[in-house]
Amino acid sequence: MPGKLKAKIVAGRHLPVMDRASDLTDAFVEVKFGNTTFKTDVFPKSLNPQWNSEWFKFEVDDEDLQDEPLQITVLDHDTYSANDAIGKVYIDIDPLLSSEAATVISGWFPIYDTIHGIRGEINVLVKVDLFNDLNRFRQSSCGVRFFCTTSIPLCYRAVVVHGFVEELVVNEDPEYQWIDRIRTPRASNEARQRLISLMSGELQRKIGLKVLEMGGNAVVGYLQCFDLEGESGLVVRAIGTACTLEKLSGGGATNNAQHTANSSPSKDMKEPVFGDECPSNPLSSGPSTPLRAPPFTSFSPSKSYSRQSSSSDTDISLTPKTVLFPARLCLYLSPSSPALSSVAPPISCQTSRPPGSGMAPRSTTPPPSHVAQSEVSMLRKSVSFSEDMLLAASGMGSGGSAGKEAGPLKILLRQQTQTALEQREFPFFTLTSFPQGFLLHVAGVVSARSVKLLDRIHNPDEPETRDAWWEELRQEIKSHARALGCHAVVGYSESTSICEEVCILSASGTAAVLNCRFLQDGCLDVLSEHRCDDSAPPGCGFCHVPYDELNMPFPAQLSPCCCCHRTKVPDVLFTTIDLPTDAQVTGKGCLIQARLCRLKKKSQGEGNATCISNLLPFLEYELHTQLLNKLKLCGMNALFGLCIQISVGENMLVGLASATGVYLSALPSPGGIQIAGKTPNDLTYDQHVSSIQRKINDTIVKNRELYEIHITEVAEDVIGSPIPEPRQRSRLFRSHSESSDELSELDLSHGKKDAFVLEIDDTDAVEDLHSLLTDAPTPPGFYSCNTEIMPGIYNWTSAIQMFTSVRVFRLNNANLTNLGLNKIFNELCENLLKSLYFKLRSMVPCCLCRLNFTVAVPEDELIQVAVTAVAMSFHKDQTQEANKAAQAHSQMKAIAETEEQLQFPLELNAESASPLSPKGSGPQDGSNSHGRAPSVDYSSFADRCSSWIEQLRLRAHTIRRGSIKTSSSPLPEGRSRSLRSTRSFPGSSVSVVKMTPLSFIPGAKIVKYLGIINMFFIRETTSLREEGGVSGFLHAFIAEVFAMVRAHVAALGGNAVVSYSMKECVFMENPNKNQAQCLINVSGDAVIFTRESDQEGHLPQTSHPQPTEDTPP
Amino acid sequence: MSVELDVFVGNTTIMDQEVYQLWLSGYTVGDAVKVRMDGGVLDGCDASAEVLRSDTMDQFRTFQMCERLLHNPAKLANQLLFQIPPDRQAMLIDRYYAFDDAFVREVLGKKLSKGTKKDLDDVSSKTGILLKSCRRQFDNFKRVFKVVEELKGPLVENIRQHLLLSDRLARDYAAIVFFANHRFETGKKKLQYLTFQDFAFCAGELISHWTVGAMDNQLEDMDVDLDKEFLQDLKELKVLITDKDLLDQHKSLVCTALRSKTKVFAEMEASFKNLSRGLINIAAKLTNTKDVRDLFIDLVEKFIEPCRSDRWVTIDVNLYLTHYINSAHILDTFKHQAVWNSLWDELFKMLTDIQHVTVCFLVKMGMVASGASAAAEGTRATAASSEEPVPVHPTQFTTSISFSFRDMLNVGCRAWPHSGSQAC
Repeated sequence: MPGKLKAKIVAGRHLPVMDRASDLTDAFVEVKFGNTTFKTDVFPKSLNPQWNSEWFKFEVDDEDLQDEPLQITVLDHDTYSANDAIGKVYIDIDPLLSSEAATVISGWFPIYDTIHGIRGEINVLVKVDLFNDLNRFRQSSCGVRFFCTTSIPLCYRAVVVHGFVEELVVNEDPEYQWIDRIRTPRASNEARQRLISLMSGELQRKIGLKVLEMGGNAVVGYLQCFDLEGESGLVVRAIGTACTLEKLSGGGATNNAQHTANSSPSKDMKEPVFGDECPSNPLSSGPSTPLRAPPFTSFSPSKSYSRQSSSSDTDISLTPKTVLFPARLCLYLSPSSPALSSVAPPISCQTSRPPGSGMAPRSTTPPPSHVAQSEVSMLRKSVSFSEDMLLAASGMGSGGSAGKEAGPLKILLRQQTQTALEQREFPFFTLTSFPQGFLLHVAGVVSARSVKLLDRIHNPDEPETRDAWWEELRQEIKSHARALGCHAVVGYSESTSICEEVCILSASGTAAVLNCRFLQDGCLDVLSEHRCDDSAPPGCGFCHVPYDELNMPFPAQLSPCCCCHRTKVPDVLFTTIDLPTDAQVTGKGCLIQARLCRLKKKSQGEGNATCISNLLPFLEYELHTQLLNKLKLCGMNALFGLCIQISVGENMLVGLASATGVYLSALPSPGGIQIAGKTPNDLTYDQHVSSIQRKINDTIVKNRELYEIHITEVAEDVIGSPIPEPRQRSRLFRSHSESSDELSELDLSHGKKDAFVLEIDDTDAVEDLHSLLTDAPTPPGFYSCNTEIMPGIYNWTSAIQMFTSVRVFRLNNANLTNLGLNKIFNELCENLLKSLYFKLRSMVPCCLCRLNFTVAVPEDELIQVAVTAVAMSFHKDQTQEANKAAQAHSQMKAIAETEEQLQFPLELNAESASPLSPKGSGPQDGSNSHGRAPSVDYSSFADRCSSWIEQLRLRAHTIRRGSIKTSSSPLPEGRSRSLRSTRSFPGSSVSVVKMTPLSFIPGAKIVKYLGIINMFFIRETTSLREEGGVSGFLHAFIAEVFAMVRAHVAALGGNAVVSYSMKECVFMENPNKNQAQCLINVSGDAVIFTRESDQEGHLPQTSHPQPTEDTPP
Repeated sequence: MSVELDVFVGNTTIMDQEVYQLWLSGYTVGDAVKVRMDGGVLDGCDASAEVLRSDTMDQFRTFQMCERLLHNPAKLANQLLFQIPPDRQAMLIDRYYAFDDAFVREVLGKKLSKGTKKDLDDVSSKTGILLKSCRRQFDNFKRVFKVVEELKGPLVENIRQHLLLSDRLARDYAAIVFFANHRFETGKKKLQYLTFQDFAFCAGELISHWTVGAMDNQLEDMDVDLDKEFLQDLKELKVLITDKDLLDQHKSLVCTALRSKTKVFAEMEASFKNLSRGLINIAAKLTNTKDVRDLFIDLVEKFIEPCRSDRWVTIDVNLYLTHYINSAHILDTFKHQAVWNSLWDELFKMLTDIQHVTVCFLVKMGMVASGASAAAEGTRATAASSEEPVPVHPTQFTTSISFSFRDMLNVGCRAWPHSGSQAC
């Protein structure tokens, strides 16, 4: 149970000058863990101190090991006054607690100060000796591994996918404690950083316990978020998917590699060949969720609540499902359709419901008495509103049954799975791509939102309120999924947007039907067994609707699958997951974004919440309309990775929906968009209409060309003719509150619908159309998507460039209309994209992958957009693909072989193993080395050798790091000088660390996951102007964050971060006071990768310098 | 509506060389955008000026942040803040430390002090180089000076190692440091026709032969200071002009050797005493710091100008000096005085250098005389040869001369950093 943590402070460099008189520093270091503190000696008068301390040993519980970070403080000794702090380093030792991850942390860490930024570096060594804890009642969960990656990590195999785990912890925000008034900003920031670090540790530990309880050993798709609720506290919450993972042995790797390579050519390029980077390991099949976006339908604005049950929605019907008004009104507004009982109790947010009872409540009205009760206690703020996107209210009510009545073919399977899943409270999965065979069908996006008024958290130990809020939302999601005939939700995520005391909670995912076998043991036989039931070829199976055609939860237009012609598919599919690797796609994909701003009256408390609640449905509806229109305009029929963010500001709501559009071969070809004018008599108007129509048609044609969507087989649907016969029209309505009364007149529930009709009956619509058409196409050579992989691009080079870009826009214009606002916001996003394309023009041809936009409204008239993405260049020549694939195949095989060989010799001794390397095929050769070498084709032989050597070097390196018997004493001045004597660019002394938001690195093989990186930083300045204004300040801060991430990864022995994301970037400024503050939270997985093909990779570079500076000699 | 904040940070720092150059040249963002627009960056991109502006601002900011590191290039290599590939780092450093010849010509030999820095706006308006760029260059000089000031060992090598500069830049900086240290006067009107590279060559020669390090040939010694002993010894040369016999003897030796070898023999004979006096006086006064400063101006006034007024050409000067040194060597007095023998070698060094320097100066002057003042550095040789009676290519000539001298004097101790070709 206890563990022994050992730390050693080796040296510092580039320290700041702390003593003006001598221009030097008398530095010493405090090492703190829990309540124990050690100090090094003072190293006088040097900016490059060599402490070379003894090993500081902390004997601690492993519970503490998980919660606490190791805190290293560098100080300047002052004889007469208090010692000045130079800065700190927090080291998360979690990676050391798992036997498979890192064994030692050793390297240069930037010394960080929240006021001054990075101030020099310190070289630290950390190790942990852990004793096994078999106590059943333990509070720790050491050994459970965490991955940010939302697929099964590359060198692992999922034995069992256990399911959803969630946890949240709350605390008071130190920034808002009374003590903050009397302490320095630095102290306050540090308190905050430390608290959050503690809370994340605690959160991970608690989630780990849940995982252990479920019998798992890892959390995949771990998503941790902070809610800075201001006065009311600080919430750290996390969700993830518990799995039992098994490290792939050498053999496994071979299979994997071969598998991938084999399948790629055969799939006729449908499947990207990323070596083994396809997201899941035993050849991932993707889960894809079709989100159906049937023609639009009704939408019932919260005001009128008139809704036709027949037209009730489809994917995005934004039906306010439950509107809870302030308790004093005691008013339930429920959708008109009687069938829908989906009215949540008002104030339900306030009642802390025991988790157990969570299932039912959503769709049943709670007894009034309950309401009354809760009222008493929580009268103050009680507006809760939640509405869901995909599911109509009707869906909810009948959800349960819909599932059961699904097609006869599926019933059996369904029931089977159902039982497996039904035991679970939440059959949710945060994964976005899955092992093959895991995902059977995808129905569409399900989402739910609710508006809450924040209330001070009184007791940090009982986060029930927040728990209950999320519980509600999840229940809602679950019932939506049911209504779609699905028993599970994949690609699930949660988010919040907070403005003052109002908080919008959002949850979304993709309703899906899963193969239950994965949920229990022995997933391996799935492939064979499962075929019979899933008769569809793998490329289209997931598109097939899981619900029964005759009993659809909403009106949708189904047609036979274009691939297998056996089953029905929807006409449009929206999902939050990644494109399954085996999905058949025509052409390339592209980023599709819907952007919207809505003005809102400034108000307080309940009024504000009500106001937001009322606006939300319109916002979502419009976002959806825009998405759908833009999708059609691109000539595509499915969206993957859909992410809708709604941010609330004081006087506006901003919505941004991003997704990757693709043309799924299985789905019918999308119809065009037709423009209709309302006043047909006006001649000029008609002309105008027809010119717009022409423009749209042209754009569609152009886009098809751009994205290489060539539809070969002409189905009976009208293809490419944007103008449908009149009776086939369905109408797509723009929703305006003004026009809401018209909605009820529409009957959209029948008839075949190929095209949308956009009625330009008012100026708004014209504007809207305009914006639709003015979205600039990506410049030649560029592609973009927000998913992991880009369909249609396979031959990536190894050049990747991850970046973060942030823009803040000030709206000076006080009297903006919705329209003007929209235009500005749209321009902001477009310009940002254009800037990115311009900046990265040297990488052309290239694809921006995982473009992740985050919008926020930090202040009254400010809109902030942050983008993180990776630019990856690829070889233009697609014709070489086939060759490439073949090559890749052989290479991979070779590598796999080497892998095999490596297995044992390496463990023994890197040196002795090396001579064996060139040998070729099979581990046995090890002993008689000249064996088959001659027969080996030379080129691949060479490849193999070098990649082998590279691997070897790497391992040797890790081994070296592992055994730290010597103290690492950085070279004395003289020697290092002589080493540097020639103009050797010691770029050498800093290892290169790649960063990417994707789960793989093109052309490389991830050989080891070292642990999760989850860091939170605060930076503040009181000399904003001097630091280059807000831009200078933030630029420096982001660069510092990158630097710290890289340093931590390098110290773990890694050379890359995958699945990197910037979760939070909160920026506040006060130019009048010359002050600014920024909080950034980033996360990712530290890994070691080796190059597969090109040897000039980074490894030599990375490992080489280490001996001189980084590791103990 | 305005963009309040706009940043772009890449994991690998993205830098455009062209933008870097604009930044180094001291352009403001607005001007840089204009230059880039005119340069056609936007051609073929669907981007507006706004995009360009944002990109330029961003890069300028990056460079500004890097600047702190560039002040200590060794730091750039092991800092963690920016991930920059090594070849880029080299580029950044080299370009940062590069300077304009026009600028350096203005401050060469001046004290690198605050006072000089204050006058930079004059320099800026005179040279047309933006003040910001002037300041950077000036600060670079100062920084390099400070770094190597206290260091031992060869100057060029020190600069190269501590500032990670390329060979060529290191040599140039060595010249700058050397000139700044001795405050050689280079700004006089009479010296205006000389370029920085001319002076850099001289500096190279002087460092190689006149400094303490050159004398002892031990790494531990300083390369920056002139060898005091050597300068003291030079006083002994006075005998060549004070001793009447010796002077005559010397003259006759030189004249015998020169007779019929040059068209200007008559003038040579006539001005021998004057020139000899001029040279020896310069040498003898070098113990005086003030006179060290005036070395170049004195050379021009006392030696080069008289030669020029006699319409000597480079080759004549070379010939003259060769024989001047040669003959002195075989002067009886020197032959028999063992004490002087070793000393003599040193004197020759000085004279040889003076020969090199003057030849170099003269060649330049020839250029001026022939009206080809606009000719660039590289065409110096051609310009000189355009002067009427030059039979031999001056470059070849100097080279051969300098080598023969080295043989003769056994001065083989140190390779000459500038080969003849660079000299002229």
